[in-house]
Amino acid sequence: MIYLDNNATTALHPEVLKAMLPFLTAQQGNPASNHTFGRNAHTAIEEAREKVAISVNAHPSQVIFTSSGTESNNTIINGIAKAYPDSHFGFSSIEHPCISEPIKSLANQGFKISEIPVDSNGIFNVSDISSEMKQSLTFLSVMMANNETGVIQNIAEIADWARENKIQFHTDAVQALGKIKIDFEALDMDAMTISSHKIYGPQGIAALIVNKKIDLLPYMQGGGQEKGLRSGTENIAAIIGFGKACERSSENRVVFNEKIDLLRIALEKALVDLGAVIFSEKSHRLSNTTFFSFENIDGSTLLTALDRKGFAIASGSACSSNSDEPSHVLLSMGVDLDLAQGALRVSLGVENNKNEINDFIDTLKDEVNRLKQLTAVAA
Amino acid sequence: MKNKLYDMPIYMDYSSTTPVDPRVAEKMIPYITEDFGNPASRSHPYGWTAEKAVEDARKEIALLVNADPREIVWTSGATESNNLAIKGASNFYSKKGKHIITLATEHKAVIDAVRECERTGYEATYMEPEPNGLLDIEKFKSTIRPDTVLVSVMLVNNEIGVIQDITTIGNICRENNIIFHVDAAQATGKVKIDLETLPVDLMSFSAHKTYGPKGVGALYVRRKPRIRIEPQMHGGGHERGMRSGTLATHQIVGMGEAFKIAREEMVEENNRIKKLQAKLLKGLTEIEETFVNGDLERRVPHNLNISFNYVEGESLIMAIKGIAVSSGSACTSASLEPSYVLRALGRSDELAHSSIRFSIGRFTTESDVEFTIALLKEKIGKLRELSPLWEMFKDGVDLEKVEWAEH
Repeated sequence: MIYLDNNATTALHPEVLKAMLPFLTAQQGNPASNHTFGRNAHTAIEEAREKVAISVNAHPSQVIFTSSGTESNNTIINGIAKAYPDSHFGFSSIEHPCISEPIKSLANQGFKISEIPVDSNGIFNVSDISSEMKQSLTFLSVMMANNETGVIQNIAEIADWARENKIQFHTDAVQALGKIKIDFEALDMDAMTISSHKIYGPQGIAALIVNKKIDLLPYMQGGGQEKGLRSGTENIAAIIGFGKACERSSENRVVFNEKIDLLRIALEKALVDLGAVIFSEKSHRLSNTTFFSFENIDGSTLLTALDRKGFAIASGSACSSNSDEPSHVLLSMGVDLDLAQGALRVSLGVENNKNEINDFIDTLKDEVNRLKQLTAVAA
Repeated sequence: MKNKLYDMPIYMDYSSTTPVDPRVAEKMIPYITEDFGNPASRSHPYGWTAEKAVEDARKEIALLVNADPREIVWTSGATESNNLAIKGASNFYSKKGKHIITLATEHKAVIDAVRECERTGYEATYMEPEPNGLLDIEKFKSTIRPDTVLVSVMLVNNEIGVIQDITTIGNICRENNIIFHVDAAQATGKVKIDLETLPVDLMSFSAHKTYGPKGVGALYVRRKPRIRIEPQMHGGGHERGMRSGTLATHQIVGMGEAFKIAREEMVEENNRIKKLQAKLLKGLTEIEETFVNGDLERRVPHNLNISFNYVEGESLIMAIKGIAVSSGSACTSASLEPSYVLRALGRSDELAHSSIRFSIGRFTTESDVEFTIALLKEKIGKLRELSPLWEMFKDGVDLEKVEWAEH
């Protein structure tokens, strides 16, 4: 089986596993304990925190560990809502549900919320925001790179715009981490979400990077870990793994992109030759992500056919692939419902190589041609 | 005997966290290496394998506590479970009323979640337990009001190990149509839990107190009669909408295996640990002026919490570096404030300060216990030799009546 679904989750890198193993197997303490076991655990966590901070050029004190990207996003949104009860929350129409859903749930509590559309290329343009909206917004969340289309937003420009207009700005950088350079300090924004299991680290650990100029109230109460912002005994082994994964992904980012770019370009050329539509084709995108659809071929049929031939790819976003609904990202870009319904996503990873992609392209050609013939016969 | 393998003190702090059982670690590793899929991926076998592993583990959690797997919701730990249960249920049922009852000796994650509810317009009563740490049922009954919506009482206390009578408390809640939440983080593998018969609506679990990994827990949410909670974390709609977020498959697998081992070995293990506890209790209470905190009968065998009179707490901790113990709840032991649990039992600040929680478990040996007794006897003897208070006490001076000169 060839795994081509790296935006859903990635395989743990052996070096990351090696770093984690001592913390899974040997006697370990609770980092809050005052004895040697506890202090050793505490030191290990602080070292990992530094690695995570370095990978996005933040200060270690700005890193709050959480259990998932979803929790990080819920923490910033609920934390802002508590600390600033007059907030008006804005979010782009292509956000992951773990941004849009917590914001929508705030509407029930009386908060003002606004979903702000992207253009047909999947780009969020600050120039399209009305002056009334600009006056009223107090918080904005726009993801750095989209999990489905791979489109990379001009976050520096949005961050500048938000700062000039005194709007708190957060970016979900879960899909961007490890793939593009991230400089939290230079971006000068308020908060950022990153996650481990998209960068060959373990599942169950993520972080919220918070600029201290905003006040946050905790979203979960308890022992007061993570400077009171995230109570709960620290998930040491996973934190160590996350630290190692961050360190590795920064070191390998350039090489990774050079390699993956070539694979994706070859894949996209084959897709276009076969008549596929590649979404946001001309936009600045992640090197590993291709989101496409064939006009006259049923997406789920093609997905199943490819799965039988040993290729794991995704339909829409893994996190919500429980549902058969078409991608909300594509619909908000104005893509036709039929085309959106058939969308498939290939997301490449560090382990994929040229042979695998060539095999995939060959299989894709066979299957697409077979399905086209079937469709022609049926017509 | 020192733990030679790591040149570390002897671990007597199992209530703070337990080591991962090697069998658990072994079971987890394939799910961080080859079977790494996202359980929410429905389009390929990587996702299916992960999903099956998650569901198998869910069955194991349910089996240990005799529940239906569909009643188990994964979380990142007991803190999240407690927050989800308390805020989620009180918000959902707020029409019934806005009064919450809990115990002053609950874990911080419960107390502070209830405080957060107070901040959003609820009223709360933090009941003081009896001097033995147990809740008085009559006093509890009289605390209930028509607008009481939720009661949260822990099954086993983390500091003093006492077991509350949750059957009686739960029945009273049922009679009064009140949601009953139980924090069982310290109870799994130590006391038998049968949710088929227990009148409990919501129950919190943690993996890392039961030889599983840190960073994973669960919340039991009763189906019959159906209990509803408002989700606290929104997103992809995982866990039937009750708790969004990608599931950490390997951790969940670890928790499942840990709870399976607990189910299979609990009876035998508790018998062994009970003997160790008896030995430790006998040895330590041979030291003069020692007081056991919390009821000795209604208590798990894993815990002994003892106050050593006429010894200064900090010096005692410094003196017994050969063992790893807690001087209060681990979560708050970074602060030098005396344990709020011991103070709620009516212990003086001095006695609370000089108390030690010994918590033993699966890998504690008889020689660990012997070493601990010998160490405590020696060090307390030395500290008391230096203590003028001890000298006065031995001379028969009633220290309560001494009028200390102002500096």
